[in-house]
Amino acid sequence: MSVTKPLPHDTALEHVTGRARYVDDIPAPADCLHLCFGLSAVAAGTITGMDLDSVRQAPGVVAVLTAEDLPHANDVSPSAHDEPLLADGTVHYVGQPVFLVVADSHLAARKAAALGKVQVAEDTPILTIEDALAADSRFEDGPRIYAKGDVDDALAAAPHRLTGRLDMGGQEHFYLEGQVALAMPGESDMVVHSSSQHPTEIQHKVAEALGVPFHGVRVEVRRMGGGFGGKESQGNALAVACAVAAQVTGRPCKMRYDRDDDFIITGKRHDARVDYDAGFDDQGRIRAVDFTHYFRCGWAMDLSLPVADRAMLHADNAYDLPHARITSHRLKTNTQSATAFRGFGGPQGMVGIERVMDHIAHRLGLDPATVRARNYYPSALSICEQKKPGTTPYGMAVTDFILDGMTEKLLADCDYQARRAAVADWNAANPILKKGIAFSPVKFGISFTLTQLNQAGALVQIYSDGSVLINHGGTEMGQGLFQKVAQVAATTLGVARDAIRPSATATDKVPNTSATAASSGSDLNGMAVRDACLKLRARLCDHLGDADAVFEDGTVRSKGRAMSFADLAQDAWAARVSLSATGFYATPDIAWDRIKGQGRPFYYFAYGASVSEVVIDTLTGENRTLRVDILHDCGTSLNPALDLGQIEGGYVQGAGWLTTEELVWDDAGRLRTHAPTTYKIPACSDRPDVFNVALWDAPNPADTIYRSKAVGEPPFMHGISTFLALSDAVAACGPHYPDLQAPATAEEVWRAVARAQGSETG
Amino acid sequence: MDISFSLNGETVTAAVRSGTETLLDHLRLDRGLCGTKEGCNEGDCGACSVIVTGADGVARAMNACILFLPQIQGKAVRTVEGIAAPDGTAHPVQTAMVDHHGSQCGFCTPGFITTMAANHAGGETDHDTALAGNLCRCTGYAPIVRAAQAAEDAPVPAWMAEAPAGDITSTDAIFCPASADDLAAWYAAHPDATLIAGGTDVGLWVTKNLRDLAPVAFLGHARDLAAVQDQGDAWRIGAGVTIAALMDVVRDTYPSLHAMLARYGSPQVRHAATLGGNIANGSPIGDGPPALIAAGATLHLRQGDTRRDMALEDFFIDYGQQDRAGGEFVEAVTLPKTAPNLRCYKLSKRFDQDISAVCGCFAVEIDGGIVASARIAFGGMAGTPKRAAAAEAALLGQPWTVGVVEAAAQAMAGDFTPMSDMRASADYRMATAQNMLRRYFAELSGAATDVRGIKA
Repeated sequence: MSVTKPLPHDTALEHVTGRARYVDDIPAPADCLHLCFGLSAVAAGTITGMDLDSVRQAPGVVAVLTAEDLPHANDVSPSAHDEPLLADGTVHYVGQPVFLVVADSHLAARKAAALGKVQVAEDTPILTIEDALAADSRFEDGPRIYAKGDVDDALAAAPHRLTGRLDMGGQEHFYLEGQVALAMPGESDMVVHSSSQHPTEIQHKVAEALGVPFHGVRVEVRRMGGGFGGKESQGNALAVACAVAAQVTGRPCKMRYDRDDDFIITGKRHDARVDYDAGFDDQGRIRAVDFTHYFRCGWAMDLSLPVADRAMLHADNAYDLPHARITSHRLKTNTQSATAFRGFGGPQGMVGIERVMDHIAHRLGLDPATVRARNYYPSALSICEQKKPGTTPYGMAVTDFILDGMTEKLLADCDYQARRAAVADWNAANPILKKGIAFSPVKFGISFTLTQLNQAGALVQIYSDGSVLINHGGTEMGQGLFQKVAQVAATTLGVARDAIRPSATATDKVPNTSATAASSGSDLNGMAVRDACLKLRARLCDHLGDADAVFEDGTVRSKGRAMSFADLAQDAWAARVSLSATGFYATPDIAWDRIKGQGRPFYYFAYGASVSEVVIDTLTGENRTLRVDILHDCGTSLNPALDLGQIEGGYVQGAGWLTTEELVWDDAGRLRTHAPTTYKIPACSDRPDVFNVALWDAPNPADTIYRSKAVGEPPFMHGISTFLALSDAVAACGPHYPDLQAPATAEEVWRAVARAQGSETG
Repeated sequence: MDISFSLNGETVTAAVRSGTETLLDHLRLDRGLCGTKEGCNEGDCGACSVIVTGADGVARAMNACILFLPQIQGKAVRTVEGIAAPDGTAHPVQTAMVDHHGSQCGFCTPGFITTMAANHAGGETDHDTALAGNLCRCTGYAPIVRAAQAAEDAPVPAWMAEAPAGDITSTDAIFCPASADDLAAWYAAHPDATLIAGGTDVGLWVTKNLRDLAPVAFLGHARDLAAVQDQGDAWRIGAGVTIAALMDVVRDTYPSLHAMLARYGSPQVRHAATLGGNIANGSPIGDGPPALIAAGATLHLRQGDTRRDMALEDFFIDYGQQDRAGGEFVEAVTLPKTAPNLRCYKLSKRFDQDISAVCGCFAVEIDGGIVASARIAFGGMAGTPKRAAAAEAALLGQPWTVGVVEAAAQAMAGDFTPMSDMRASADYRMATAQNMLRRYFAELSGAATDVRGIKA
């Protein structure tokens, strides 16, 4: 069986030799042109004039396009058609593309774009949450509200009550490969190579911009140099720009953002504020909680509605809340349009309830890990006729809860209690450096909340030499999807892994695909490929006249004789058996009404738990993560090595979000942290000194591909335990609750120390 | 003009027009060697790392995106395409990266492979420091470090041997002096020229500000500028000495300075950046000047055949303004070996490869419990690197006690009016500068003050 083997990434050898080809590495035709956007320098206003003469006259410039020059749709929005490719009369953020330079080199295009002069009658920009609330600037008519029980009465009746507020910053994706696209006009179609998680959407937006049916555009994605959600919709602009410029000039066109432009133009994780009001008993059990989410969505809708929805759907995290209300404001501001980012709002929602748990434990003087466990949903093992499953605030029964057992194992394996005592001893003895330790769980819902997206297609072809080409709608961005799905195909057909070749995602092979997002890649595409493989196997069985033929290790055993899979393929071809099949999968059992906030949006939950230990310097707020232990649930892992990689990498990215990664805008709406010089993702030494990751090895109760679980997003939220450990260390500095805000930069940790001490600085 | 160098073992020539063509663009656009990636185009992510070997035969990882072609003439460059043997046999770090799942999206991987191969050749085992200049967004680094460790004991493959090749060519507009004398004469005649040593700052003028810099001089081929003279109680350090070379100089005498310099930029940056450049660009947030000022360094300037010396702190007049005449350049710095109790504290959002919010450097001499001398200098607290005169005065002649240190910390509030920016707020800068003095006292008293020294 190929599945469950810890095989390396399918192109690991190409990665390490430099042979792996990304879009900018594809040898472009000699007459290829290069594009660059001219950007708005102001955050809000009406365009009163444009002086682009100097741009047109700059060396190497072939054409300069504005909104008026676009032949068809001027729209790159993935949702509400509110995002013009080029500004159409008004500008809405600093960095909005206003004009498009087409030149004979990337450098010439950049130099020319800097020469454009755009006159704007400026409006007062809406930049902050407060600005947006004051102006009632929002998406949707009012806040979405999901509720369970009677929150107001339960809060009033609770023995204890506390309120608080947590602001959390956004996050730049910082995929190492920036946004890029290449369009090549064909005889009757447009071929687009894009670094995109969503080739079908690229196809649609390009077709609309060119005024052709979808069949007139072919989009191919071999790989991305990282995506993380940042290439779900943010690649649309480049692909459309290239296709339109290619149509206008008749020449191939390529566009890639310089890194600073990438920061300034593209959307990021939503920054958010969570207000909370919680009622609880002496044991720390929550009686009721009332959350208000404020999401700064930026200037266009993009994917903000489902992002903010998912935050609401994770406001409970692992906890059975008797009464709960989540009110969510989706605020429209004159900043980059916030977009998908690993976790898709889930992390923001989860941080809110974890803050509440931390705050309750501090108030009651209890071990926060104990408070958490007391609030857990009922264990799947305990559910029976007498013991009903817990129900989420959105009405979904939680029937697969395993965090009770995972927590017990993790805390024992990492020696949590003894280390917590040792941390207290250290803090008693050391005035300057303080340690902290914290536990946090993760329960993450798996499925797109827009139910129709939970489908996938595949194309599998057996050639007459027995080699197999597979294709599916999922894209490879480093997560190892191609390897996992190839392992599924190899297992289903009973051939060696190297008999299978995964091919680039292409809209002319598998149509109407969903984005590779929501951690769904292997769940959906694995099933679709398996479906196709099973069809082919059935045809081969028919050909053999033996429904019980055994396919294993490249050999087919039937009616007492064995033949190689290759020989069987040759035989079947000669007998005129079709050796090409499509596969399809649609996730069963899900139904969701996002307006009512009721239903079963998720097929299942993925779980995990982590413990972080940190040390802080109370003089400066500088800190280090000393040790992290993670226990994570991948069901029956399709590939333990790739899953381990997702967990380690997801944790570090999540910890980065909550610590060193700080986005700073100035009062004019200009992003001041627009390059790696000023925006600091974790570096090598920032990973924990001691970093233990283990898989919780149990099959998924839901009937997923080989009983595995999705793993892309859930581990990101292990970073929360590091944030909580910093809060724990700060709490050792004084009697007050640290009220640590995110990101917990050194400066924020230093401010929290002052708050804990009750001094004024904080 | 044409330059020549060794590329993946073969001598090649390249046409140079402006002098500020980058090695990265040359590799990708002119040679179709697309394994080397552009991640940030400003030397801050390491995706474009290549191995550069000079006459000393030492393999160093460097950022190709801010390496101009004239800088590499006469050297050997090895890209990711040249790491495996010509017959395809993988290098030990390549094998280890596959075996340990060190790549996910693969885009940073070529830069990691070249950096790891350079580290491997040098027997480097401090991987956290040696890989600080390579950002990865996928893996969380753990499998990469496991791979680097796994490859440590494998012999360096024979095919990695380099033969740096090519003569140094030069024109009046793209000048590559062989000595300080050459530079002095040319610069006096071209006072508006741009001098480029490591190019880690000037590189961004080209790649980000899209500036034309002509005429330019590349100082990296002037051997005497890169010399260090041991004068007994001091070193005379040539302006062209790289930060990496400076680390070797101060390692034993000033371990705290060495530790701070280990966080200066990244290995790739330290292999290029020079002490002279760090001073001459006049940045208020460079980490070299505060340390050197605290240590009592003397600056040596030269214009033509005229030389003058000054205390380093006197060079920095105001933001963007230094005491340097047209055609005058930094020739060397004299660094005493005798600075008492030198400690250098770098405060930044991220520990590695980050620009300081505050860099505080302290050299206080305590004789019989009394402060006999005090030199305290900061970066990030003013428009220039600057001494904390009031704090120094509050210490001088006083007993070295908590109370006196506290009074000096209070006095420091009169020394600076720091600014707020994306790195830190003004009040945080002020408070942490004061706290660095408190930390200095605590550290000299033997207390635990360094989070990086703590284990779980």
